[in-house]
Amino acid sequence: MEKFTLALPSSSPPLEVIRSTICGVVSSGNLEILVESNPKSDVCTLVVNTSAHGFREIWEAVLHDFALRHPAGGLGFTINDAGATPAVVSLRLDQAFEICCGEAK
Amino acid sequence: MSGLQISFLEASARKRLIGLVDANSFTEFCPPEMRKTSPHLALLDIPLALDDGVIVGAATLAGHSILIAAQEGRFYGGAVGEVHGAKICGLLGKALTDRPSAVLLLVDSGGVRLHEANAGLIAISELVRSVLDVQAAGIPVFALVGGSCGAFGGMGIVTRLCDEVVMSEQGRLGLSGPEVIETVKGVEEFDSRDRALVWRVTGGKLRRAVGEATQLVDDLIPAFRSIAIKLTEKYQSQPLASIDLDSLLEKQAELVKRRARFERARDGLEIWQEVFSEPSCVPDMTVADFNRQLGVQA
Repeated sequence: MEKFTLALPSSSPPLEVIRSTICGVVSSGNLEILVESNPKSDVCTLVVNTSAHGFREIWEAVLHDFALRHPAGGLGFTINDAGATPAVVSLRLDQAFEICCGEAK
Repeated sequence: MSGLQISFLEASARKRLIGLVDANSFTEFCPPEMRKTSPHLALLDIPLALDDGVIVGAATLAGHSILIAAQEGRFYGGAVGEVHGAKICGLLGKALTDRPSAVLLLVDSGGVRLHEANAGLIAISELVRSVLDVQAAGIPVFALVGGSCGAFGGMGIVTRLCDEVVMSEQGRLGLSGPEVIETVKGVEEFDSRDRALVWRVTGGKLRRAVGEATQLVDDLIPAFRSIAIKLTEKYQSQPLASIDLDSLLEKQAELVKRRARFERARDGLEIWQEVFSEPSCVPDMTVADFNRQLGVQA
């Protein structure tokens, strides 16, 4: 497993966090994402555990892109990945954000 | 298409569970935030799931209090590891003090998680004992089998212990899974890549026809929900029959008779011939037609 943590600046905290939420399943080519609120911080933290070694640069690009697109400050993401493609990771992050923060954009 | 018509087979364990119980009634025990992950998988340095592949908690079902577990078949085949098993055992143990109307197990599992070896095997034996304890306390336990992994190995045993076994046609139930039989006895014995054969032998329709499943329902979450409500209410008014030596001997005699009746059958088709007037139509039959021809009321 390759593990790393990123703390990314994000435009602003989401308007409202409905509840912490889990999205996706750990299975081949898929991943789970747990979103938790951390109101003390305005950065977006992401803890990545992935079975695919050597792809940190691509992960960072996908996660930066996500933090740019959403007001994800003050949220903590825990990601357990079993070899999802960047597109799947991006989709799951969007889903997780939407479930967690409703329509707040 | 209505948003409620969600396939049970295709839904995740979490979706199945939430769709089955009353809206906003579910309280999860050991939720993902608690990170009760498998220490064994961590040692092997392979991916973990924050819920270890099973969701357990309390909810209401048409107002009746229930305890419920749902296995996630896509996480290592829903296999039972130490933490996974302990979560379900803990739920069953809680049933003894909480006394819910029923315990529902949404089984989707190939059995023991072999990565965890003895810990997984022990978990299964603890589950067996826990189910029997709950039943001895007069609380019914239902298995709902409609996931892609079915109910095999130790979870096949646990499923058959339950007071009711609800299956969809897509669900499967057995002891040794098709791949295991092929590996041990050869492809001549069982061709695990022949999907039609696999379903004719282990699928919901066959299991219902021979009486191992007590209900056959459509592969829809609302269908599983309505039968679960019906069964919960049935056991409210009709207490569990206690298990004694006579009832076990009677059951054994029935099984001996069934074995003799189907001894020569090598395929589900041969069992259809015994049970249905038009056996070749069985695979395409709707669940409603199937239940009608079997002479049962859903």
